[in-house]
Amino acid sequence: MSTPTTDLDVLTSQDYKYGFVTDIETETVPPGLNEDIVRWISAKKKEPEFMLDWRLKAYRHWLTMAEPKWPNVHYPPIDYQAASYFSAPKSKTDGPKSLDDVDPELLATYEKLGIPLSERAALAGVAVDAVFDSVSVATTFKGELEKLGIIFCSFSEAVLNHPELIEKYLGTVVPYTDNFFATLNSAVFSDGSFCYIPKGVRSPMELSTYFRINAANTGQFERTLIIADEGSHVSYLEGCTAPMRDENQLHAAVVELVALDNAQIKYSTVQNWYPGDKEGKGGIYNFVTKRGACRGVNSKISWTQVETGSAITWKYPSCILIGDNSVGEFYSVAVTNNRQQADTGTKMIHIGKNTRSTIISKGISAGRSSNTYRGLVKIQKGAQGARNFSQCDSMLMGDECGAHTFPYLEVKNPTAQVEHEATTSKIGEDQLFYCNQRGIPTEDAISMIVNGFCKEVFKELPMEFAVEAQKLLGVSLEGSVG
Amino acid sequence: MLEIKNLSAKVEDKQILKGINLSVKAGEIHAIMGPNGSGKSTLAQVIAGRDTFEVTGGSVTYLGKDLLELAPEERACEGIFLAFQYPVEIPGVSNLYFLRAAVNAARKYRGEEELDAMDFMTGAKGKMASLGMSDQMISRAVNVGFSGGEKKRNEIFQMAMLEPKLAILDETDSGLDIDALKTVADGVNALRSPDRAVIVVTHYQRLLDYIIPDFVHVLADGRVVKSGDKSLALELEDKGYSWIEQLAQPELAVRS
Ligand SMILES: Nc1ncnc2c1ncn2[C@@H]1O[C@H](COP(=O)(O)OP(=O)(O)O)[C@@H](O)[C@H]1O
Ligand SMILES: [Mg+2]
Repeated sequence: MSTPTTDLDVLTSQDYKYGFVTDIETETVPPGLNEDIVRWISAKKKEPEFMLDWRLKAYRHWLTMAEPKWPNVHYPPIDYQAASYFSAPKSKTDGPKSLDDVDPELLATYEKLGIPLSERAALAGVAVDAVFDSVSVATTFKGELEKLGIIFCSFSEAVLNHPELIEKYLGTVVPYTDNFFATLNSAVFSDGSFCYIPKGVRSPMELSTYFRINAANTGQFERTLIIADEGSHVSYLEGCTAPMRDENQLHAAVVELVALDNAQIKYSTVQNWYPGDKEGKGGIYNFVTKRGACRGVNSKISWTQVETGSAITWKYPSCILIGDNSVGEFYSVAVTNNRQQADTGTKMIHIGKNTRSTIISKGISAGRSSNTYRGLVKIQKGAQGARNFSQCDSMLMGDECGAHTFPYLEVKNPTAQVEHEATTSKIGEDQLFYCNQRGIPTEDAISMIVNGFCKEVFKELPMEFAVEAQKLLGVSLEGSVG
Repeated sequence: MLEIKNLSAKVEDKQILKGINLSVKAGEIHAIMGPNGSGKSTLAQVIAGRDTFEVTGGSVTYLGKDLLELAPEERACEGIFLAFQYPVEIPGVSNLYFLRAAVNAARKYRGEEELDAMDFMTGAKGKMASLGMSDQMISRAVNVGFSGGEKKRNEIFQMAMLEPKLAILDETDSGLDIDALKTVADGVNALRSPDRAVIVVTHYQRLLDYIIPDFVHVLADGRVVKSGDKSLALELEDKGYSWIEQLAQPELAVRS
């Protein structure tokens, strides 16, 4: 843009509002990764034998692997021996407690993040599992859910109280050999959320996990497993934030979803890890493996993500459509600003007959960021009548950012129907001037235009989340363009 | 109301406006005509505050204020409305939402209370009916998938809702059939009042049968080369623009 001051650069920047640090006593293992650490974590969590074996297999496999180089992201080599693999608030190291026992400092932290944990103050209709660094510190509305047979607890508790479910499902969607980061997670994961919805039950409330990294110099490796038994329904939300620090921190999570016959899982994420500063110093490296298996007939898994944070985002929430007539959906908004880099998308693997998938991806790049959509649609031989629709739209703000689209397509069944649409647009001086001429200030205009661009995705989010996502988008893009 | 003195403007290295003089009083309707590329849209956009164009000289006074000092949204809130020659599409933002944001921005600017969706709708209904805007059209995304005529009609609807003091219509008539043309004219005439003014930019005199101008100005090569009353529009219709172009040479230019 050639004019001296464009409308687009008048905006002032706003700081990351979740960047504070909680001062709390923690138990943190010394930096470094070896078999002893893996054993120590497992022992710390009083895990049964099968868990330790699984972790060790993963660790040994990891030693044979190399970091993937194909993503369109660039960062200095990560020293895996420099990070600490376990950090937990001291008061909580002896297993789960009731809400009354939770350290007030922690309750205050979540309050400040807008996630009150006391059930009186909690958001109506949302049960929360709060994960602080490596461990779950509280889970709300547990009792109420138990009455319906819904199990919603930290992963550690599930390992102790429902080992048969863990043993049956753990690693069946994302095997411990899957990829470098998932394998590392399998060896050292510390906690996360577990959720089981029994046959025929519709969860009466949204289940959610709120992840918070607090400690410095630690990696966060959490693992979520959700099982929707026959005919059940659940809507799950995930949120996350971290303090502002100059060092990069590694977050390598795994999420596994299993939907049996006629079951439906809706998984929504608003990812707002610390993105680093304007010059790209600090921020979270977010290397996440999320995958859902539609095992049953007529089952459905729907991923909705709004990705605004992290210095680097590398994630491809995917669906394996095994059951006949099963449905996979992926709705994504990925925003990058300043020096952020995102390489995100999905995989839809069609195996069963008449399986259907929809991909709607909206990438918004600003500043000097890089935003890549990478998606695979694979139709296997037996997937008679499979259908996919993909739409990938990119919006550029300014001249220094980049948007890339890599759609991969493998079709092995001739009856399949696959449709792909892609657009790239620039947030126009035209659009901004049009809004300005109608009296709408530039800041409001940008937020209006961007929210309009993302509308198809936002309408998939649960109400409260949609409002939060819209605000977040505004904040992420403030001061973005020049 | 609007006093333009010796206004010149350029884009990149191209001088487009080369000393425009124009005086518009409240209650008046002015028509601006002229060949393609003469600078009509540029003039309209400079008045509205588009910063693609750099003002290189002259002054614009609007209701006693130095207009060139105001941001485009301030000009809008001060009552200047531009009906765009090429209305812009905003995917995913409904017409209704957009317009309410616009109306409320102006109310906020004036220190008035903002309207909620219900109040706004009540106000909009009557104007929708008189301009032939359907419920469906108003709930669709701003100008997305609108025909040329629908876009122009939408501009006039926005104008009706915003009730500007100075409305500038940039070729709102082009591409309209006669019925649509009448609707547009009705919209403008409904707005007419002793404390408002309208500038109609048009290529053809057709629209001026329905919106009767008090003054007609002819723009050529970035200057007002001739001004007159309504008969000037008819004369142009008769003789075409070629005879005007020779007036564009500076030494022959007629100051209005
Ligand atoms: N953004 C721009 N960049 C470069 N040239 C422009 C731009 N806008 C207008 N022009 C040029 O300025 C002249 C006047 O254009 P315009 O004001 O649109 O004329 P009109 O509306 O009378 O047809 C034309 O030669 C046009 O090509
Ligand atoms: Mg024009």
